[in-house]
Amino acid sequence: MIEQVADPLPQQGYAKVVLELEVNNHPGVMSHICNLFARRAFNVEGILCMPVADGRRSRIWLLVFEDQRLEQMMRQVEKLEDVLAVRPHGAGHEVFERLEDFFH
Amino acid sequence: MEKMTGAQLIVRLLERQGVRTIAGIPGGAILPLYDALSGSTIIRHVLARHEQGAGFMAQGMARVSGRPEVCFASSGPGATNLVTAIADARLDSIPLVAITGQVPLSMIGTDAFQEVDIYGMTVPITKHNFLVRSAQELLEVIPAAFRIAMSGRPGPVLVDVPKDVQSQLIEVAELPPPAEPEALPPLDQGLLAQAAQMINEAEQPVLYLGGGVVHSGAAALAVTLAEQASMPTTMTLMALGTMPMDHPLSIGMLGMHGARYTNFVLEEADLVVCVGARFDDRAVGKAAQFCPKAKIVHIDVDRSELHKVKNAHVAIHADVTVALEALLPQVKVTLRKRWLSHVDSLKSRFPLQLPGQDDPRTHYGLIHAVAAALDDEAVVTTDVGQHQMWVAQAYPFRRARQWFTSGGLGTMGFGMPAAMGAAMAEPDRTVVCFSGDGSLMMNIQELATLAEEGLNVKIVLMNNNSLGLVYQQQNLFYGKRVFASKYRGAPDFVRIAEGFGIKALDLDGESDPRAALAQALNTPGPCLIHASIDREQFVYPMVPPGAANTEMIGG
Repeated sequence: MIEQVADPLPQQGYAKVVLELEVNNHPGVMSHICNLFARRAFNVEGILCMPVADGRRSRIWLLVFEDQRLEQMMRQVEKLEDVLAVRPHGAGHEVFERLEDFFH
Repeated sequence: MEKMTGAQLIVRLLERQGVRTIAGIPGGAILPLYDALSGSTIIRHVLARHEQGAGFMAQGMARVSGRPEVCFASSGPGATNLVTAIADARLDSIPLVAITGQVPLSMIGTDAFQEVDIYGMTVPITKHNFLVRSAQELLEVIPAAFRIAMSGRPGPVLVDVPKDVQSQLIEVAELPPPAEPEALPPLDQGLLAQAAQMINEAEQPVLYLGGGVVHSGAAALAVTLAEQASMPTTMTLMALGTMPMDHPLSIGMLGMHGARYTNFVLEEADLVVCVGARFDDRAVGKAAQFCPKAKIVHIDVDRSELHKVKNAHVAIHADVTVALEALLPQVKVTLRKRWLSHVDSLKSRFPLQLPGQDDPRTHYGLIHAVAAALDDEAVVTTDVGQHQMWVAQAYPFRRARQWFTSGGLGTMGFGMPAAMGAAMAEPDRTVVCFSGDGSLMMNIQELATLAEEGLNVKIVLMNNNSLGLVYQQQNLFYGKRVFASKYRGAPDFVRIAEGFGIKALDLDGESDPRAALAQALNTPGPCLIHASIDREQFVYPMVPPGAANTEMIGG
């Protein structure tokens, strides 16, 4: 669904960051969010999404590189109609660490 | 309890929202909605000849009124034809609600006849979009579409409605109230006080106004701020008219085709107060070298614009009107004699040059002759290209919402349908569309709609039988290798207009072009005014793409 529209910038030198998004739960929300990251050549390293609050909302966990554009990127994500909140966490957040077991 | 179809519900909600004119084209998947619209005694439908034309008509209405306006298109090609007009609205922050028909729910995703995923396609070019899955949802979605389109920084919203949802019967207990804009962001008084202090302490400040000033209705406040603090004021393409061009503090449009002195004044500024603008590349040139000596105060209602291109020393997330009203009492009344006289000397040494402005057979002369025949109540639209930049440089704009142009997307074909929309929204005004031969041919089919509606739209066609700005760039930056920018045929635009049923005038054959022009402009109803111009005339000054604004050539 998402085409890469620009070469990813060299992000390897940067620390990773975990973003926690509170979003409305209906079809299309994920494509609004992923489109934004793809357009600005932000590679999403990890993604995890499950419904919360009796299914009307979802929580999305994203693992991305923290480069100097992240702050502006987060502001653009916050602007999306279906995104209710964005919270950044350090890369060491356990949500992806515990998930590692499923990828070995 | 009232029983109605989804389509009837949409029409009722649009009526209650204050929509009075809708431009569009029907087709299979939107026929239930058209059937319901035929029963409305309140909403008038204007039948465009191409959906892009319908989209720009709705934009023209919205640019005049500042309120969200509506266009309709069917599924598949009808919807994809709307895409350019939606993207254009997005880049210029125009409130627009596009409603498209879609194949029935059960057929979505099966490559059904005239099915496209217009929801998926418009994700990146709308402020938000909806695919409606039941008639019940319309009660929330339609008001939400208007609320989103008009709140904060305005923008386009698309609502895709499957045919069976349009036909579905529902019982409605109570209609939701018409949508209102969301509350504005709270103002940070501390930041505002800092901004005021920076203005008060600056020696060489400049005010930089953008389209946000128009959207927020803050033109008068911005002029007051400039006067109170003795700030020379530059405007983006979108903001022309917010300060009258002949105001002593106006230093005109900045950027790629701004006057030399304007860009030099910015170079020397020690403070830039950017209000409702976004440091667009055509305005600021090479961003790193824009206003190198200046601190920056940035006021914008869209938080994601702050610090995006230039880091601001003080960034205020606020509606422009709210911010300026609070700022004005804190800004000292100052007469910056030394700075203003320096600006004046730059202006007299490096003025905007408008050669031929007294000869109506030249491009600048024609623009001046049109302006001289009209008053400030007229609305001016343009297409995109050389004629657009010449009008931006030379037309004496004196009020906000006097001028509409495709700024961000630069869409050729914008001018005429947008002018028609403006004339639909405010039929008492004369609306002039400056166009080029390349641009006019991109939506020339709307001449048929124009003739049918009899709108007071005058098309001033500046014909150089080429894609002039491409021809210019090939001459300046591609070693004069002119390719694919000169037309080999030469259509007879006067006969084309007459063939559509539009009166036409060829200034080339008039012995007194000024008088003929004035008469045509002041006769009610549509008219095409044709004028040949010299292909070898270029838009100057010009900042080469990617260069700093001080590296202008020509002019």
